[in-house]
Amino acid sequence: MFDHDTLVWVSKSFGLFYLIALSLIVVAYAYWPSNRKTFDRAARAILIDEDKPWE
Amino acid sequence: MIGQLTRNERQGALLILIALAILGLAMAAVGRDDPLGGQGALVMVAALAGLFGVISRYYAPEPGPDRVSRYYDEPSKVGIIIAMGWVVFGLFIGDWVAWLLVDPNLTFHAAWSSFGRIRPVHTTSVIFGFGGNALIATSFYVMQRTSRARLPDQLSPLFVLFGYNLFCVLAVAGYMMGITQSKEYAEPEWYADIWLVVVWITYFVIYLRTLARRKEKHIYVANWYYLAFILVVAVLHIVNNLAVPVSFGHARSYSLFSGVQDAMTEWWYGHNAVAFFLTSGFLGMLYYYLPKVAGRPIFSYRMSIINFWGITFFYMWAGSHHLHYTALPQWVQTLGMTFSLMLLVPSWASAGNALLTLNGAWHKVRDDATLRFMMVAAVFYGLATFEGSFMAIRPVNSLSHYTDWTIGHVHAGALGWVAMITFGSIYASVPWLWKRDGMFSPRLVEVHFWLAVAGTVIYVMAMWNSGIVQGLMWRTYNDSGTLAYSFVDSVVAMHPYYIARAIGGLMFLLGSLVGCYNIWLTIRTAPQVAGRTASEFPDAAPIGAPVLQPGE
Repeated sequence: MFDHDTLVWVSKSFGLFYLIALSLIVVAYAYWPSNRKTFDRAARAILIDEDKPWE
Repeated sequence: MIGQLTRNERQGALLILIALAILGLAMAAVGRDDPLGGQGALVMVAALAGLFGVISRYYAPEPGPDRVSRYYDEPSKVGIIIAMGWVVFGLFIGDWVAWLLVDPNLTFHAAWSSFGRIRPVHTTSVIFGFGGNALIATSFYVMQRTSRARLPDQLSPLFVLFGYNLFCVLAVAGYMMGITQSKEYAEPEWYADIWLVVVWITYFVIYLRTLARRKEKHIYVANWYYLAFILVVAVLHIVNNLAVPVSFGHARSYSLFSGVQDAMTEWWYGHNAVAFFLTSGFLGMLYYYLPKVAGRPIFSYRMSIINFWGITFFYMWAGSHHLHYTALPQWVQTLGMTFSLMLLVPSWASAGNALLTLNGAWHKVRDDATLRFMMVAAVFYGLATFEGSFMAIRPVNSLSHYTDWTIGHVHAGALGWVAMITFGSIYASVPWLWKRDGMFSPRLVEVHFWLAVAGTVIYVMAMWNSGIVQGLMWRTYNDSGTLAYSFVDSVVAMHPYYIARAIGGLMFLLGSLVGCYNIWLTIRTAPQVAGRTASEFPDAAPIGAPVLQPGE
């Protein structure tokens, strides 16, 4: 089906850049300035002791 | 439990159970000359027991329309009780296996109690029985609170919970009858595997439906971890268990893969079972219960997101480190080793994130054994992930592989990390779920904590020693260039460590029994109404007026 060399070529080219691109996207999302408020709110929101679903 | 179902849902439950009973009967009839018949009978008995349960409460009053103003916690309550049952059973079998290695006569000369059968009974009971039920129970709890939405219906969560336990019982009973497909952590045969796919997809759909109903815009990070656990376990389970049964009347099946492809598929599954069953799901638990009990938000929410993607994408490639020095191509082994080493970054960042969250709450760690369970879990998580990355290095693996060091590593993770975070989360949830002021006896939580810590340390130390001694004895040459020790020499040298390990395991088992007793007393004791404050009684808090925790 695929020989060894093809797989190695795919992993060293596409695979490498795919993982680099993915890590850049993740870091950009995590450090995007406007997301800061959402994350801070999310981290604090679970501490609110309100044991009912919101209407 | 049945009283929580609407009339339509009770009818749905009856239909499912009747279909299941017929399926069991068919299995018993078609497989009457095979162990499959016994498994079919088991399915039928379970379905009939369920039918009696539903029928006996069929005419109980239906829940009112006001049920939607509460979270649906019945499956979480039942799940926690079942998980505690499994942990006692699984640890008992585990300690039996440990004593069996001290004295091989302890099988009592029965086939079902031989090492090869009760060892998977132990692993399945603790990983899937205890771990799986605890994950299902806490995920329903956490997903509702963090989404601020009730589960979409009452029947499907119960189907998932009981269906999953039927799978576990079929698996464990099957091993004792000699049924196994001989894949580690994937021993159950094709019919049980198909059943688990049905249950698991239902679980996944419930999670998505609840998230779709969420009132919080942002999905809290614990849900990401839980969702990764559910989704990836489904993928792993389906691919690794692709097999063709001998016939519909036989329990035996043959894998679609053979040779080294089979080995690679199995360890791609096996290591990702560690990653997504035993890590991702329990990190979900950690990211909810630890901040909640500590009363402080997670130290770095950003770091938890980056770690999530790091863990998710690195773990996928790490499995081949289980196959160093085998017929697997060298470059695949190197790939597995490299990704295992990279995994140390998100793993330690997660452990560090958990411990840094406790900064400012160390007095609570000192006073409250529940939080201390979680703290120790984070420490062992850091320890076990470091050890795992280290053991994946090929030359280190040449010493550690096939020795007790592997068993020590697995138990540092399973006892020190998975069981500790679970006990911590259970001790936190039980008073919240049953609306009690706290656990019946904080002192017994303390006793459980110290038994668990001492048991884990004794176990892991014994296996480190025995594993390294074993590995060194197997590779020591004498002057004439032949092996200095026979295999039996190394077995004799293990004896004292095996006794120590069995004692450590016994302490861990005793701790979990103390936990069961304490949970039972907490549930049985009526809530004390006098002296309650609003923050201790969440239901009393008016909507829109959140009660703030001291950490805010």
